[in-house]
Formats: sequence, structure tokens, C-alpha cells
Amino acid sequence: MDLQSTYHNDMNIITVAEARIDAAAAIRFKDKMRDVTSQGPTHIVLDLSNVTFVDSSGLGAIVAAMKQLSGNQRLDLAGLTTDVAKVFRLTRMDTVFVIHDDIIALKARATG
Amino acid sequence: MTISLPSKPVQQVDQRPGYPRGEQLKRDIAVTVDGTPTDFTLTARASELAVRDTLLTVRSRLLAEGVSDETSGSVELAMAEALNNIVEHAYATGESRDIMLKVSIKPDRLCFLLCDGGAPLPGLCLPQGKLPDPSGPRDDLPEGGFGWFLIRDLAERVAYERRDGMNHLTLEFLRAAP
Repeated sequence: MDLQSTYHNDMNIITVAEARIDAAAAIRFKDKMRDVTSQGPTHIVLDLSNVTFVDSSGLGAIVAAMKQLSGNQRLDLAGLTTDVAKVFRLTRMDTVFVIHDDIIALKARATG
Repeated sequence: MTISLPSKPVQQVDQRPGYPRGEQLKRDIAVTVDGTPTDFTLTARASELAVRDTLLTVRSRLLAEGVSDETSGSVELAMAEALNNIVEHAYATGESRDIMLKVSIKPDRLCFLLCDGGAPLPGLCLPQGKLPDPSGPRDDLPEGGFGWFLIRDLAERVAYERRDGMNHLTLEFLRAAP
């Protein structure tokens, strides 16, 4: 699972460089998230703009990635594509995360 | 109607781009497709990667037949849940087995019949598919249990039958979004 972590001032922006977080990828995603969130800013934003498909296993892995954070860390989401947004909306998990529409604007704000 | 699974599908090596390096080298997958563009049968090895290939194959066929992105997205998600249930529950005992998927693309609806020779659904009936509670503290948030909720929510019709030692799951979707 290819996750790229970059720090923008107070944010750890983690970009998923793969198209699918599905049952075949869920465990590796969760493990890699543990690695890339073990240090750096406590405000973490998961950039899903390259991800076109998340199934319930992938959704569970994203939730698990949040639950494995320490108490002072927070996980937001950004750049949800159409089908990914649908999974979060149907399961009401869109009420659990702060979801940013535009990762580019978010980066600009973090840098500026 | 009796459906039997071929004992062993043809082994294929998939070299399409988009898979992480290494993954495609050790893949033990096989998805065979037989039929016409609008009525076809896929036979897949029951594995998570074969599920992925099956979904990609179905999605590209739906796209080619002019099915909307919205409907195709719903189909892909519901089918992912149904196929993963087979891999993770029906065939939980480990031995790699086959899943057969019959697809029928009609002018007004999309019909899918999934057949597997794994364990039956508990109580021989469809799970209720209640949505796990997303409220409450972070440590208590659900990490699973969404599958049947999504299948029931996304499909227009869901039917299950255990026949001749096999599971037959039918999912139907309307082509036009309601």
C-alpha cells in the first residue's frame, strides 16, 4: 500500500497513491497508516483524491486507522471521489470524520 | 436450473498496470468470462484479488453497455460486499474455491446471480443488514458489519436460495437511478 506522507506546517497530509482500498488492501493500509502516523503533526489529513473505490473492508480500515491514533491526534479526510463519498454517506460515517472537499486549498492554507 | 462449477478455471497472469509491483507476480487468480456482451458468466477463484478483477471486469462491461456511472458505482459496491462475503465467510475454511457470477444487462435492469459451493448463510436466510451505530466515542466506532446493509440498500431486489449444496444470491438493480 503506497501512502505518501508530507508535512504542511501543522498537518500531516497522507496521500493514498493507489486506486482501491478494498478487502485485498485493507490490512496493509491499516498497518501502513500506523507507520506514517507514528510521528509528525498530530493533525492528520488522509487525501483520498486518487482513490476511486472503497468497500466496507476499506471503510473499516480507515476507521481502524483513526482508532489506533493516540488521544491527541485527529484524522480528517479530503478529496473524496464520487463512489467513495457514497460509501461514507450510506454508512453515515461521513458524520464521524471532518471531510474537506479540496485538498489543494487545504495545502495552500496549511502552507500559507 | 442446476448450475455446476468447473473444477478449475484457466490460470491467467494479469499484467495490467495499476497493481503494486510484486503483487501481480504472486497472484493466484483466474477470472474467465464467457458469453455475449450483455449476458455473460464469470468464473473466479475465491480470493480477494480475484474479487477485485471480477469487479473491474463487470464495471468495464457496464460502462461499455452505457450504464450510468452512478448505477455502476452502486453495482460495484454491492457486488464487492457480496463477493467478499463469499471469500471471507462461505469459503472461510481456507481451501480456494470458485465463484460463478452470471450477469444479464437488460434495457431496464441489471441482474446478477452469484453461485458458490461454500457454507450456507446462517439460518438459510438473508441477514437483516442493520446499519452499525456510527455515534459514540472513537474507541467504540464500528469497523465492520456494513456489508449486508450496503447490499440491501443499493440493490433493488435481493434474493437468496440454498440449492443442491450451493448458495444462489440474486441481486438486481434498476438502470435508471430512482
